[in-house]
Amino acid sequence: MEKIRVVHYINQFFAQIGAEDKAHVPPEIKQGVIGPGILLQKLLGDSAEVVATVFCGDNYYAEKSDVVSEEIVNMIAAYKPDIFIAGPAFNAGRYGIACSTACLSVAKKLSIPVVTGMFKENPGVEIGRGLYIIETANSAAKMKDALTAMVGLALKLVNDEEIGTPEEEGYLPRGVRENYFAEKIGAVRAVDMLLRKLAEEPYETEYPLPSFDRVPASPPIIDLKDRMIAVVTSGGIVPKGNPDRIESSSASKFGEYSLAGLDKLTSAGHETAHGGYDPVYANEDPNRVLPIDVLRQLEQEGVIGKLHELYYATVGNGTSVANAKKYGEDIAARLKEAAVSAVILTST
Amino acid sequence: MCTIVPISLTVGANRIIPTIAIPHPLGNPDLSIEEERKLRMSLVKRALAALQTNVTEQTVFKEE
Repeated sequence: MEKIRVVHYINQFFAQIGAEDKAHVPPEIKQGVIGPGILLQKLLGDSAEVVATVFCGDNYYAEKSDVVSEEIVNMIAAYKPDIFIAGPAFNAGRYGIACSTACLSVAKKLSIPVVTGMFKENPGVEIGRGLYIIETANSAAKMKDALTAMVGLALKLVNDEEIGTPEEEGYLPRGVRENYFAEKIGAVRAVDMLLRKLAEEPYETEYPLPSFDRVPASPPIIDLKDRMIAVVTSGGIVPKGNPDRIESSSASKFGEYSLAGLDKLTSAGHETAHGGYDPVYANEDPNRVLPIDVLRQLEQEGVIGKLHELYYATVGNGTSVANAKKYGEDIAARLKEAAVSAVILTST
Repeated sequence: MCTIVPISLTVGANRIIPTIAIPHPLGNPDLSIEEERKLRMSLVKRALAALQTNVTEQTVFKEE
C-alpha cells in the first residue's frame, strides 16, 4: 500500500528561520520535515510520510493573506498531498490565523482533509470555525500532546473513518449539530439539568451560549472641538526603561503614563515593551504606534478639544482574554472618571 | 486602529480603522519624515471621523 502523503505548515519560528526579525519572510516549501515535523513524522509512523513542509513569516502571511494562501495552495499541490496539517500554533495569534487561513484555502482548492491545532483563545479559532482544530495548551511545551491528537484525527480523516464528538477526539466544537435519538425527551432532560443545577451538582448544557463579548456601538461624538480624546495601546509603548516592568509577553498589568508637556514621542523618551513584533520601528519613532505628534497638532489647531494628559499601555502579546478584559474595564473606569469623551486604541 | 482587521472583528470592536503594518501601524519607515507624518495624520483623521459617525454594527472604515 502506498504511504499517505502529508504536507505540513509551520511559521518562520518553528522553521528555525528566526523570530520576530524574520516575521516578514515570504512562503517557501522544502521537501521532507522541518522542526516539529520530525515529531509529526514519528507519530504518523510507517503508514504516512511528511513529503514537504511549507513555512511563512507570521507578519508576511497576516498582511497579505489572500495572496499567500493562493501561493501556498499552488506550492503544495505539486506534492500531491492526501492531507494537510498546520501548526500547532498554541496561543500565537498571527500563527493561528495563518494556520486557519491556510487550512481553509487548501480544503477549498484541493478538496483534501485538513487539521490544525491551537489554544482555544487563539483568534485563529474564530477564523477557522468549521475546521477540525485540535484544542492545545497555550504553550509549545505541550507539543507532543498536541501533535498526538492531531495525528490521531488526521489519520481517521484520511482513512475515511467515523469521527467522534469534540470531547472524544479533542477538537474544538465546529458548530455542527448532528441528529440522534435521545433516551429521554427534552422536557425530562431540562428538568434533570435544572435539579442538578439547584443541587449545585455538575451538569452539561446541551446548548452552550456563544462566548463573544459584544457591546453595542457607542453613539457618535459631536462637537469634537470641545471634547477630550484619550489614547490607549496594546502595542507596549512605555516610558524609556519600562518603569512598571510590563512583561514582553502575557502582560500581568497595564501602565498609566503622563503626556504632560510632550508635543510628540521620541526614541529618547519612549520605547516598546512588546515582545511579539520587531521593535526597531517603534523604538525609532514611538509615534508610529501611539500617534501623539499628530494628536498634539490637531489639539493646537482646535480640531479636538484636548488630548487627555494620561495614556494607558499594555502588551497584547499572548495576554489572556480574561486579563485583557480586566485591564480594559479598569482603564475605561479611569477614563470616565477623567471625563474623556472618546478613545483611540492602537494595536500592533 | 489595527493592521489585522479580522482580530478586531473577532474581539468585537465597533469602529475599526485598518492600519499600515504590525510593527508600525501608524507609520511607514520607507517614507520621508514629512510623508510619514502626513500618512499618520490621515489615519488619525479617519479615526476621528469614525468616532463622529453613527454605526449600528461593527464597521471597518476603509480608505475613501
